[in-house]
Amino acid sequence: MTERTYELLEVLRRPELLKTLSLPEWGRLIPQARHALLLGRLHALVLQHGLVDVLPEQPLNHTLSAYLASQKQRTTTAWEVRKLSDALQSLGLPLVLLKGSAYIQSGLSVAEGRLLSDIDILVPKEKLSTVENTLHSRGWRSSKGDAYDERYYREWMHEIPPLRHITRGSFLDVHHTILPPTAKYKPDPVKIMADIREVAPGVYTLSPVDMVIHSATHLFHEGDFDHGLRDILDLHGLLNHFGENEPGFWHRLVPRAVELDLVHPLYYALHYCRLILNTDIPAAVLEQSRKGRPNPLMSGVMDGLFMRALRPDHPSCEQPLTGVARWLLYVRSHYLRMPLYLLIPHLTRKAWKRRVADKTEQTGPAQANVPEPRARANRWRFWAR
Amino acid sequence: MMTRISELDLIQLQSQLKGVGLYLKTGPFSYRIRSSVPAIAEGLHLLYGDSAFYPQMDFVDFDIRLDAPSRLRRYFRPKLDFYFDHQTPFKPLPLTQAYAFLEWGMNWCISVHMNQYLKLHAAVLEKNGRALVMPAAPGSGKSTLCAALMLRGWRLLSDEHALISLDDNKLIPVCRPISLKNRSIKVISQFDSSAVFGPLCEDTHKGNVVHMKPDEQSVALDHQPVTPGWLVFPKYIPGADTRLTERIKETAFLKAGDQSFNYSLLGAEGFEVMSRLIEACDCYNFSYSNLDEAVETFDKLSETAA
Repeated sequence: MTERTYELLEVLRRPELLKTLSLPEWGRLIPQARHALLLGRLHALVLQHGLVDVLPEQPLNHTLSAYLASQKQRTTTAWEVRKLSDALQSLGLPLVLLKGSAYIQSGLSVAEGRLLSDIDILVPKEKLSTVENTLHSRGWRSSKGDAYDERYYREWMHEIPPLRHITRGSFLDVHHTILPPTAKYKPDPVKIMADIREVAPGVYTLSPVDMVIHSATHLFHEGDFDHGLRDILDLHGLLNHFGENEPGFWHRLVPRAVELDLVHPLYYALHYCRLILNTDIPAAVLEQSRKGRPNPLMSGVMDGLFMRALRPDHPSCEQPLTGVARWLLYVRSHYLRMPLYLLIPHLTRKAWKRRVADKTEQTGPAQANVPEPRARANRWRFWAR
Repeated sequence: MMTRISELDLIQLQSQLKGVGLYLKTGPFSYRIRSSVPAIAEGLHLLYGDSAFYPQMDFVDFDIRLDAPSRLRRYFRPKLDFYFDHQTPFKPLPLTQAYAFLEWGMNWCISVHMNQYLKLHAAVLEKNGRALVMPAAPGSGKSTLCAALMLRGWRLLSDEHALISLDDNKLIPVCRPISLKNRSIKVISQFDSSAVFGPLCEDTHKGNVVHMKPDEQSVALDHQPVTPGWLVFPKYIPGADTRLTERIKETAFLKAGDQSFNYSLLGAEGFEVMSRLIEACDCYNFSYSNLDEAVETFDKLSETAA
């Protein structure tokens, strides 16, 4: 094949290429971007480069549609943030936003056209039950019913079971630290909380370096690489933005990661941002971060895995062993989260439950003339309606 | 000269569907459909005969495929998956529901992905240059009424989606088969024996479902937008008299908003477009049980077109 196959990565690296795409190339780009949850981001790039009137209308209808959905989410998110901030202020606590909602509240360009599946917040562990009670009284209820899940989250995870608002339907993840307590690395949430930044009255985000380190940790401990490219693009955007606008950012980045015991994920983040998106990172910072590099053998293996998994999740982007790579990384993420004696029973149970769940598909009424969705429908769709 | 899908015989259509796929343009949207299921080929052959046949397209909006999830599933309690861009957003359905699965999936493609229009869950027809928009919840007799009007000479724009242009407020046609359920299947076949039906799908989550072919004229005009004329909320009530009563615009706005797929997603623009639509339309409630009387009522209404 002489055709270019990886349109999405190429245009993310060099948006000016958008002008050169033929319709058949758009025909591959749009599904790739849709799978990677990047259609709206792509439209933001089109807008930033003033290309709306130059590019063909048919593919732009798809990017525009997703972009409008993300704009709607911004409005919804602003409302949810206000409600959450009211709830936490009643306890005298700051509202600390993580990930997508933090990018939106900080007005970062990575948030343009980006979709979120939920709002993530960080609360001090000792306040967890007070926060939960308050949220409960304001309509946020646990969306996982089963006692096993409940126990899994409570004992082994860094967050409580996901909450869903009973009337508004939005999802909320309440974290008390940024990695499971059973994980190999032990970042101290108190240090992170000590450095938060106020972006609106009562609303906070992590400091720029911590935001990057958290994003890196999240991506490289995540088992699910469906949105891996989206997440690496977030990192790329954060590094570009803070590198330019935040004095002392590069200087503080690696030392802070060392302090938080998270230099390994930061190394991966910098390494793959540079490899995949040509992110501009000072050589000295890359050099410093090499203390988080695994041994050469491991490092070669990881390159093979991540470089596959971080491609758009679309058959047109698949290389030999992409599936295997995703699976190995899934297992790895669990291995990093908990020791084997906990992990094996957990994964066995999960696999079993999935089988049972597939067998008990339920039928219920649907509104318009459409088929019934699978249970694992994207969360963001609930939001964007 | 345009080739129509009806110029292919069933065998040719089948091999097209099994091979590169059937490229289909309906209103502003294009699909590529692939399937090795005979009922899909039969249904498309029966219902899309008047649509243009395209040997290929440079860009398709929706790339879909309906096939058994595994080899085993072809023989043992055969089930189908609906693939959209290689993903399977829906629960698999039995092979016997294949054709309905295709049409529903095609609806979903529009409902979920396209926001360049304001979209209402509504039937849309045209007479004397004006569009009749009928938003309604399932079970209100919207499709039955829509089918009857089409069979009596109204032009069909859509049985499922009112697409309203954000620029000039016109109704954009997306002319596809009309979905009839349960008792309305018999009602329509008795109403007019010329109605053409696709494969019957029994015991779906919506009951028995069949799709009815749009007339040639409606398909031929599938690219011509229409100025809004009437916004009518239909309700089938067994034994009821035929009644068309004016409805105040404020509540019409709310009710139409309720039947919209993306009114709130479009934010301020959604509000603007909806306001202009309501402003441009005469709004009515309509209850009926007799289809002949219903058609007569709407024919009279169409004479009020300015």
